Amino acid sequence: MKHHLQRLLTGLGFTLPWIIGLGVFTLYPVIASLYYSFCDYSVLQSAIWVGPDNYQRLLHDGTFWLSLRNTLIYAFGSLPLGMVVGLSLALLLNCRVRGTALFRTIFYLPSIVPVIASSMLWLWILNPSYGLINAALAPICHFFGQQPPGWLTDPAWSKPALILMSAWGVGNSMIIYLAGLQDVPEVLYEAAELDGAGKWQQFWHVTLPMIMPTIYFNLVMGIIGSMQIFTQVFIMTDGVQGTPAQSTLMYATYLFSTAFFDLRMGYACALAWVLFCLIALLTLGATRLLKERMSHVQ
Amino acid sequence: MQEVVDEFNHAQNRIVVDFLSVGQIEEKTLLATAGGEPPDLSGVYQQDICAFADRDALTPLSSFIRADGSTPEQFLSRYARAYAGFGSYQGELWGVPTTPTTTALFWNKDDFRAAGLDPERPPRTLAELDEMSEKLTRRDAQGNLTQIGFLPQQENSWVWSFPLWFGGQIFDGKNITIGTNPANLATFDWILGYSERYGVNNLRRLTSTFGSLSTPDDPFVSGKVAIIFDGTWRYNFISQFAPGLNYGVAALPQVLPGINDFTIADADMLVIPRGAKHPREAWEFINYLSSPNLAAQSLDDLSGLERLCYVQKKPSPLVQWSPFFTAHHPNPDIAIFRQLAASPHAVTMPKMGIWVEYQRNIQLAFDKVRLKVAPPPRALQECQDRTQGSWQWYQQSLALRSKTTAATP
Repeated sequence: MKHHLQRLLTGLGFTLPWIIGLGVFTLYPVIASLYYSFCDYSVLQSAIWVGPDNYQRLLHDGTFWLSLRNTLIYAFGSLPLGMVVGLSLALLLNCRVRGTALFRTIFYLPSIVPVIASSMLWLWILNPSYGLINAALAPICHFFGQQPPGWLTDPAWSKPALILMSAWGVGNSMIIYLAGLQDVPEVLYEAAELDGAGKWQQFWHVTLPMIMPTIYFNLVMGIIGSMQIFTQVFIMTDGVQGTPAQSTLMYATYLFSTAFFDLRMGYACALAWVLFCLIALLTLGATRLLKERMSHVQ
Repeated sequence: MQEVVDEFNHAQNRIVVDFLSVGQIEEKTLLATAGGEPPDLSGVYQQDICAFADRDALTPLSSFIRADGSTPEQFLSRYARAYAGFGSYQGELWGVPTTPTTTALFWNKDDFRAAGLDPERPPRTLAELDEMSEKLTRRDAQGNLTQIGFLPQQENSWVWSFPLWFGGQIFDGKNITIGTNPANLATFDWILGYSERYGVNNLRRLTSTFGSLSTPDDPFVSGKVAIIFDGTWRYNFISQFAPGLNYGVAALPQVLPGINDFTIADADMLVIPRGAKHPREAWEFINYLSSPNLAAQSLDDLSGLERLCYVQKKPSPLVQWSPFFTAHHPNPDIAIFRQLAASPHAVTMPKMGIWVEYQRNIQLAFDKVRLKVAPPPRALQECQDRTQGSWQWYQQSLALRSKTTAATP
């Protein structure tokens, strides 16, 4: 018994710095933000309890709905794109060809470029007059008598521009897919081949079901990441203004401006909790969707 | 600022000011004040004064002035008309202006000459501005715009002032009036006129080649826009990126008959955050800064605000300027900005705690109109409704707070 207690205390002693850190810097702010979401709170003065007032206001706040709509469009655009591009790259990089290590490094490299630097780079790439994309598109568009897209300067093209840019950061999910692909037992492919399955059938009936846990992981991480998109839009679309015409005002940027520019921290906390619940719901939806398919692997 | 701080530290031996230059000063001041560890002095923007004062984040300055044997009115009388009221709100003084600006019209004389216009005669009325803008606009062989005379669509932070220039009103002291004042609609119709004349897509392509103010790709510096409205800092960027640029400076064109000295005034402000450990000493620094040597005959004689503004090539916010500051200011057009600061038609942002949000909403209305996403009446009505809602909520919040404070024994 004494030995058991000693082990427990030793374990706690080693983990104490982490427990304190988690408590002070994560747990307390999370609980406090829930309390503040029911308060009139500007940061500068003490919070005053107002009950569910902030949550009721959300229902009638047009900017809240607009930012949510923009974010969902972005998420539903960037998630499939990221998954398809990430998986396709992983499949290509899983082939046994010369220079695999080099290709893997090259495709992973954009993921480690700081977001600020890549955002500045994409501002140039997407520039309607000087940008690389429009330089490539211009001859095709002119052939059909059209002008190339205005990308971030056009409300109709600004969200597609951000979605397109999101593919730049697929390196992380690509590496995870690659690890998943390498975990698929070779015998399954051999058995499928003996049964006369072609490459496409092998991919559809062996690879895809076997990497379903990896797809699930990337999907959940993608939902969390895309619903919280902030830095890129903050840098590329005039801070919290969401230019042009609020077409790029995202949930997290609206939350930030509410908290730190408009000094409505209580309302911003309510926004944060609604976002948390939304992400939890979407994650739950993704789990339900893929649960059955993952059971094969288990 | 460091030069002035050093000067203050040498001028007396009781107080040592430690200057810290930081970015995102509003957020940092806000969080430091909320955390109970604010700096003794903070340089904020004029737009923050009301919001910070409403939230009890600033130390009132009147008591310091009275302790010095003066009154706030007497103290403020040293400031130019356009800037004197910047720190006053709800009957109290919360901050003092440091480096100010007024706005003026800048025109490219070479472009005027090339377009067959008199290079020494800037537009004097709105009609002339539109007419000259058309003459100064150039297109390439494919019809794409390569240069434009003037562009109200160009994104800038002065959009909110356009309705005031047109004789409109955006706040009557109690209510939001952006959507109810007819002159505001005329302003946004004028902005829309440029989109219709040149085409949204053409303007979008042209403006996508514009760099930001502090770069050589700035449209005025790079010769893509011939006429702009801007503050005194424009001189700094021209001398840095296009030292040979042949340009002139004048007051904004007349919109309302008889008003030929309309200008927008703004300034950085110095405040003492609530909870500062050395408020009295902080006030002494403010007082020192605001009392420069008005007899200065040489660069070495300059002190306080004059030294600060001289280094930053800005006008002094004070009514009186020393002989050296007046005669040897690095900006050759500084007299125009000084003259505009004395104008009875100088305007500034309205005094309200939600100004940052309101300005963002006006900018959104402007964006919608210039891109033809919404017609002016709808864009203004949306701005009106959104801001009026926020304004009522803000007032409810202040009332709730004062009720709670009153109930606390």
